[in-house]
Amino acid sequence: MNGANRTATAAAQRSVRDALTGRQHRSITATVFMVFIMASTAVGLIALAVLLFTVLQDGLPYLDPVLFENGPSMDPNIAGARPAIMASILMAVVLVATALPVAIGTAVYLEEFAPKDRWWIRLIELNIQNLAAIPSIIFGILGLAFLVRGIGLGPVLLAGALILGLQMLPTVIIATREALRAVPDTVRQGGMALGATRLQVVRREVLPAAIPGIATGSILGLSRAIGETAPLLMVGAATFVSFNPGLLTQYTVLPILIYQWIRLPQEAFQGLAAAAIIVLLAILISMNGVAIWMRNRFERKW
Amino acid sequence: MIGALAVCAAISILVTIGIVIALLVPSLQFFGEVSPVEFFTSTDWAPLFKPASFGVLPLIVGTLNTTLWACLVCLPLGLATAIYLSEYAHPRARAVIKPVLEVLAGIPTVVLGYFALTFLTPLLRDLGWQVEIFNAFSAGIIIGVLLLPTVASLSEDAMKAVPSALREGSFGLGANRFQVSTRVVVPAAISGIAASFVLAISRAIGETTIVLIAAGQLPQTTMRPGSTVETMTAFIAATGAGDVPVGSISYKTIFAVGLTLFVITFVLNIFAIRMVRRFREVYE
Repeated sequence: MNGANRTATAAAQRSVRDALTGRQHRSITATVFMVFIMASTAVGLIALAVLLFTVLQDGLPYLDPVLFENGPSMDPNIAGARPAIMASILMAVVLVATALPVAIGTAVYLEEFAPKDRWWIRLIELNIQNLAAIPSIIFGILGLAFLVRGIGLGPVLLAGALILGLQMLPTVIIATREALRAVPDTVRQGGMALGATRLQVVRREVLPAAIPGIATGSILGLSRAIGETAPLLMVGAATFVSFNPGLLTQYTVLPILIYQWIRLPQEAFQGLAAAAIIVLLAILISMNGVAIWMRNRFERKW
Repeated sequence: MIGALAVCAAISILVTIGIVIALLVPSLQFFGEVSPVEFFTSTDWAPLFKPASFGVLPLIVGTLNTTLWACLVCLPLGLATAIYLSEYAHPRARAVIKPVLEVLAGIPTVVLGYFALTFLTPLLRDLGWQVEIFNAFSAGIIIGVLLLPTVASLSEDAMKAVPSALREGSFGLGANRFQVSTRVVVPAAISGIAASFVLAISRAIGETTIVLIAAGQLPQTTMRPGSTVETMTAFIAATGAGDVPVGSISYKTIFAVGLTLFVITFVLNIFAIRMVRRFREVYE
C-alpha cells in the first residue's frame, strides 16, 4: 500500500512539473499505440490493394472478346461468360422494378406517415434491423422452400431475383429513411402551411429533396445483390446455361459462374474466373461511381 | 396511397414470418425422425451416407473454427482503425481512407473466396506452414478482412457520438491523446463498440461463400486452423445446390441446420440492436 501511494505521488508530481514547464506529456506507450492503430488501418488498405493486384495479374491475360461472346464450355479456350453477364444485367433490371419501389415505399411510410409510438411500428422497425443482419443463406432457404419447391416456380431467374430483392430490402429501407430524415421539417411545415396535404408535401417536396440519398442507398443495395452468390446456389442457379436468359428460364449469374470456375481443376479456369471477377468488379465500381457522382452533384446542405 | 405504403411496410414482417415457417415446419418433421439429443450431442455428421448420422457438433465446431480467426482479425484491427479515424486522423486522411474501406466492404464474397484460395493458402504454404488446400484459417482470415470495415465504421459512429466536452475536459486535465482515446472515448462508446463486435461475430458465423470456396466440405470436430472443415452455412449451400429429393431426410437436414444457424444469429442480432439503442439513448 505504501509502495502504491509512493508511485501515485511520484506520478502526480511529474504531471504537475510537466504542466508548469509546458512540456508535452508523452510516453512510449502512447507512441507505440499510435503506430499500432496506424498499422491496423493500413492492413485493410493493403489487403484491398493486394486483392486487386492479384485479380488483375491472374485475370488480364484471359480478358478477351471470347469471354463476352461465348457461353460456357468444358474447354477453357472457348468458354465465355455471355449468358451470365446478360442474366446479371437482367437481374438488376428486375430488382429495380420490384424491390426498390417496395423498399422506398416502406421507408416513406415509416418516416412520413406511420404513428411512431405504436408497438407494431416499433416491431416493424426492429424486424427490419434484424432482417438486415440475417445470413444471406437463410434467404436462400426461404426461396428454396416457398418459391422453387413450394409454389413450383422452379429454378428460374425470377425466383432468384425475388429472393435477392427481399434480401436487399433492409439496406435500401434504412438508407432511404436516413435520406428522408435529413430533409428538415421546415420544408414539410412550409408546404402544409400553404394548404398542401401531407401526401402532396411528401410527393412534391420531401421525396425530390431526398433523391440523392435514396439513389445512393439503392445503388449500394443493388450492387450487393449483384455480387451475391450463396442464396442463388440454394434457388438453383445453374452452371451450364448457354442461351440468353429470360425471366422464366434457367440462368446463371456472374458470381455463380465465377464460383463454378474456381472449383474446376484446370488452371485455365482459375484465370477465367479472375477475368470474370474483373468484369464483375468493373460493373460494381461503375455503379458505385454513379452513386458517388450523384451524391456530390445533387446533395443539398440545409 | 398511404394504404399502399403501409402494405410495403408489412412485407418486411411477412418475410420474417415466411423465414420462420420455412425453417420450422421441415425442422419439426426432421426432429420427428431424428432425436434432438442425437442432433445436438453426437459428434458424427454424415446425413447423406448410409447408415446416416446426424450430429451437428462438427458443423458448429467448424463454424467456430473459421469464426475465431475472423474475429482475431476484424475485432482488434477494426477497433484500432476506428480509433485512428475518429481520434487521430487528419480530416483529409479520413476523407480518403473511409471510402476506400467502404470499397473493401463492398467486394463480393465470391471474389474474397477466390483470394483466400488462390493467394492466401499458397502464401501460407510457401511460408512453410503445411495447411490443407481447403482450410479454416485462410477462410477465417479473409472473412475478418471483409468484416474489418464494418467493425471500424460502426465503432467509429459510436465514438463520434461521444460529446467533445468529455474529450476537452480530459485534455484540459493534462491527458494526452492516447489517454483520452483509451480511457475516456472508448469506455464512453463501449456499448456501441460491443454492438459492432457482436454484429461482426454474427456475420462471421453466417458467411457462406468464402467458407464454401476456401474452407472445404469435410465435417470434422477440430479447432486446428490448418484443417479442412465444414461450417453450418457451407453444408446448407452445398446440399441445397445439389439434387436432394424433396421430403427426404437429407432435404430436411438443410432446414434443421438452417434453424440452428438462424437461432444463433438472431440472438446475437437482437443483443447488438439493444446495445446500440443504449448508447444512442445516453448521448442523443
